[in-house]
Amino acid sequence: MKRRDFLQTTAAASAGVALLSGLPVGAYGYSPELAALTNAATATDKVLVIIQLQGGNDGLNMIIPRDQYPALMAARANIALAEAAVLPLTAATGIHPAMAALQNLYKNGQLGVVQSVGYPNPNFSHFRATDIWTSGSSSDVVLNTGWAGRYLDGEFPGYPTGYPSAQNPDPLAVSIGSVVSNCVQGPAVNMGMAIASTSSFYQLLSGGVDAAPATPAGHELTFIRQVVAQTQVYTTTIQAAAGRAKNLSPLYPAAGQNGLADQLKIVAQLVAGGLSTRIYVCNMGGFDTHTLQVPATGGNNAVGTHATLLGRIAEAVGAFQDDLVRLGLQDRVVGMTFSEFGRRIRSNSGLGTDHGAAAPLFVFGSRVNPIVHGANPQLPAAAGVNDNIALQFDFRSIYTSILQDWFQVTPSTLQALFGQTFPYVPVLRPATALAAGSAAQVAEFSVYPNPVPRGGQATVAYQSQGGHVQVLVLDGLGREVQRPFDRPLAAGAQRLPLDLAGLAAGAYYCQVREDGRSGSRILVIE
Amino acid sequence: MNRRSFLQRPVAPTAVATGPAPVADPPETVSRYANQQLPLQRAGATAGTLAPYAGAWGAAPAAHLLRRTLFGPTRGEIGAAAASSLSATLDQLLAVPAAPAPPLNVSAADTTVPIGQTWVTQAFDQTLQGARSQSLREWWLGQQLTQGTSLREQMTLFWHNHFVVEFGNINDARMGYTYVQLLRQHALGNIRQLAKDVTINPAMLRYLNGNQSVAGAPNENYGRELLELFTVGKGPLIGTGNYTNYTEADVQAAARVLTGWRDSSANLNGYFTASRHDAKPKQFSGAFGNAVIAPNGAAEYQDLLNLIFAQAETARFLVRALYRWFVYYLIDAQTESDIIQPLATLLIQSNFEVAPVLRKLFGSEHFFDAATVGCRIKSPLDFTVGLVRQMEVAFPPASSVVAQYAHWEYLYGLALVQQQTLGDPPNVAGWAAYYQVPQFHELWINAVTLPRRNQVTDLYIGKGIARGGATAAIDPVALVLALPPTTAADPNLVIAEFVRLMVPLDLTTAQLTFLKNALIPGLPDFEWTNEWTTYAATPTAAKKAAVATKLQAMLRALMGLAEYHLS
Repeated sequence: MKRRDFLQTTAAASAGVALLSGLPVGAYGYSPELAALTNAATATDKVLVIIQLQGGNDGLNMIIPRDQYPALMAARANIALAEAAVLPLTAATGIHPAMAALQNLYKNGQLGVVQSVGYPNPNFSHFRATDIWTSGSSSDVVLNTGWAGRYLDGEFPGYPTGYPSAQNPDPLAVSIGSVVSNCVQGPAVNMGMAIASTSSFYQLLSGGVDAAPATPAGHELTFIRQVVAQTQVYTTTIQAAAGRAKNLSPLYPAAGQNGLADQLKIVAQLVAGGLSTRIYVCNMGGFDTHTLQVPATGGNNAVGTHATLLGRIAEAVGAFQDDLVRLGLQDRVVGMTFSEFGRRIRSNSGLGTDHGAAAPLFVFGSRVNPIVHGANPQLPAAAGVNDNIALQFDFRSIYTSILQDWFQVTPSTLQALFGQTFPYVPVLRPATALAAGSAAQVAEFSVYPNPVPRGGQATVAYQSQGGHVQVLVLDGLGREVQRPFDRPLAAGAQRLPLDLAGLAAGAYYCQVREDGRSGSRILVIE
Repeated sequence: MNRRSFLQRPVAPTAVATGPAPVADPPETVSRYANQQLPLQRAGATAGTLAPYAGAWGAAPAAHLLRRTLFGPTRGEIGAAAASSLSATLDQLLAVPAAPAPPLNVSAADTTVPIGQTWVTQAFDQTLQGARSQSLREWWLGQQLTQGTSLREQMTLFWHNHFVVEFGNINDARMGYTYVQLLRQHALGNIRQLAKDVTINPAMLRYLNGNQSVAGAPNENYGRELLELFTVGKGPLIGTGNYTNYTEADVQAAARVLTGWRDSSANLNGYFTASRHDAKPKQFSGAFGNAVIAPNGAAEYQDLLNLIFAQAETARFLVRALYRWFVYYLIDAQTESDIIQPLATLLIQSNFEVAPVLRKLFGSEHFFDAATVGCRIKSPLDFTVGLVRQMEVAFPPASSVVAQYAHWEYLYGLALVQQQTLGDPPNVAGWAAYYQVPQFHELWINAVTLPRRNQVTDLYIGKGIARGGATAAIDPVALVLALPPTTAADPNLVIAEFVRLMVPLDLTTAQLTFLKNALIPGLPDFEWTNEWTTYAATPTAAKKAAVATKLQAMLRALMGLAEYHLS
């Protein structure tokens, strides 16, 4: 995508802002000032944090279908939580008690849960499934690039030639862990900078190198390590960013206690310090719980290996989110978790679970749509060893929806990045980057019938001036619940069908956005 | 982007003032971290002597020997040497292989011979000089790449660095070929004979102006470099024009001896013209025992070389150069007395045959001492050729000569951007890494060359290089398939195999954990076993890609270690 083209199609949307129930609801977070500052195809100050849970997380022990306890106990009584131990998110859905911090985030509107994310024809190999998730490919397609890497490659053509530069002094992506994540693998090179470990990060800040033996080889080794440290091209900019800010949350555990928290702490510090990096990838291993995911003795399934892992996620994300709020960054950062697969519905006799298929994931941040997306998975009454959780959301729906809402990637670019289109899932709230009151109103906007019967259909009528048009349905808290329309339209009178199936009775807002114009009407479902 | 403008956006409440952006420095050629003085405290301490190595023979000493003598030994080569003996391996390294076939025409521009035929005997043509020079260096790189277990290619490069000629300077690839042919012919042979022959080699006559040296107006260039750089070496200045081992008067006398030689473009040789030769006797200084070289026409240059090689310092000078190339750059008093002097004596006793000296050195306690292992920084050619050799990258066969040479050209170019240009050392002294005090080998690594080395490894680990319709890339799955199945199925053993092959030092537990995290991130060991055996049992493209991705990540991590630059 050429920057010029992009500006022509979406720039005007920056002014598309309306005030709704006291909540600022904007369109795209585009800022002309930012566009002038970087030569990226799209200007953004938004940050996406991807947390990779390595090994295949047992999602059924993380987000629990409270309405299906008999089936759950029939399938995995030896590892399942006691029903009373589950913390509620909604009436039907609960969360593992080790994740109380995430339950709090949910209550505070900073956590969304997406149920049963996966892809058709699931692969049960760690390596292959990880490659599918990181590349964003279909099960039967091998892609050698990462989904976020392709996105960055389109934004920063020609990387790494000419980078870093005065315009782009910072790494495009930072991945913390042994290897730079394949999520950010570009067509030519990996678009990310790897920080091998949290200790190497602090070593980078201090400029030190490891001690080497007092031999001729050790002498040369020290010399080479010094040059290695010197030639980390982003050393200076990272040192500077880290020097400008420090973490503010007291909720982080002591260093070394929780690897994910240590990583997220670095992310918060770098974002706060002004690093313009868009994508961070953090890693956490240990989810391959074939055996003993709960204690062998004692009978308390709310503790043990898997509970510890989930507790670390909750502690880390909770502290990170608290830090972002204290740093004033909460509107610039969203995060998501993923794991290469979930685990089997039925547990094995070793108090563990084997490789499975679809599983829930989290999105977190003050800009996420803080609901449980999708229904609880339907568990068979008596699950067999090969029964898996069925897919509700394709993982690429999550990627593309985030790219679209967070980084303003257009539908045509998304199709190019992923080779096909995927249904939109409103995992983020409608963006609110600009709170200016200067939006022009769309002309002759009405919704009828209004009120509309439950399960019925309404029509949106307005006079379009042409351009990319979105029609959204928001609930009383401003959370997007449906997006019936999202594509370019020609100028002229429009009559757009509004399918309201599945929405409970209540007051909603119907919003139309079209380039620099928007309009909002209260819509009541009876 | 101006950082300052970027930061105008409201950011952290904790943001503190920043200084101005650092001004970019010019690219480095010498690292700021390189030696400021020789690390003399490192040498000698546990260095051992020239006594025959009596320790155990096996994969580790075999790998050390082959790392220093080949351009990156393969797993198979190390295994074969380990299964053999030190003595038999030295026999193999020092055996003289058959001379390779000459370089071939791969340019459509050169219509004097068909593609795939040699151009070395064709008439000179300035318009084809570029294509032929390119063919010559590609072919030379190809020799390094396709050598077996033989010291010849390392020694050929050693002599290139010692008796320097720059192809770019002589402007005739055919003469360049005669020069390389000569180096390769004597690579493992007689140094004195090589010195004699190179003196009247047409490329050398052109390069150091021997072809312009006539009676009454001798050109001193060759005579000076012969003494200063090629044979006896420059000692301390102990009087006006007196460099201990020779004097300015000796330079002039040597230049007079060498008058009368010219290069023939038609016959591709050096030839003697008596009328251009200074036929008077030449008086040498006390450094040469006040010897006089009597008029001897076309054979007189041999008398000069014999005189120079009769000086004890010549053997020491040559042995020091070999030591710096193959062992370490640091030569302290103990190394001088325990290693250099005995080897110099052996060189003289061997009538300047180099093989016995190399055998003694490579078979010694000193060479296998722990203090000697892993201390040599790989030269760009060691690094580049070694990478694709050790990773057994497949290149086009001789039947696809154009594509084959195109890949060799690419490798040549990779060494060039790492600051080592095959066929064109920077000047007559050779590459500074072998003489520049105190940095020596550390000159190979700086802020410019190190990232390039990383790019080179990333390139071949990743999608590889496509040239002439053929892609050359590392196939890590093939490398693991070549391991015994029980080894291949164990992630720790797989990593251990690559570590043993590619780095000369033992890695720490933390480093091994780092590599395993790259191979099986966050997973228990048995998952590698599952994934690998599933792939090996029923290989599909998707399964191969899955294990390949992990092995590639592990290789990137391994080749990113500082240890990988050591040999």
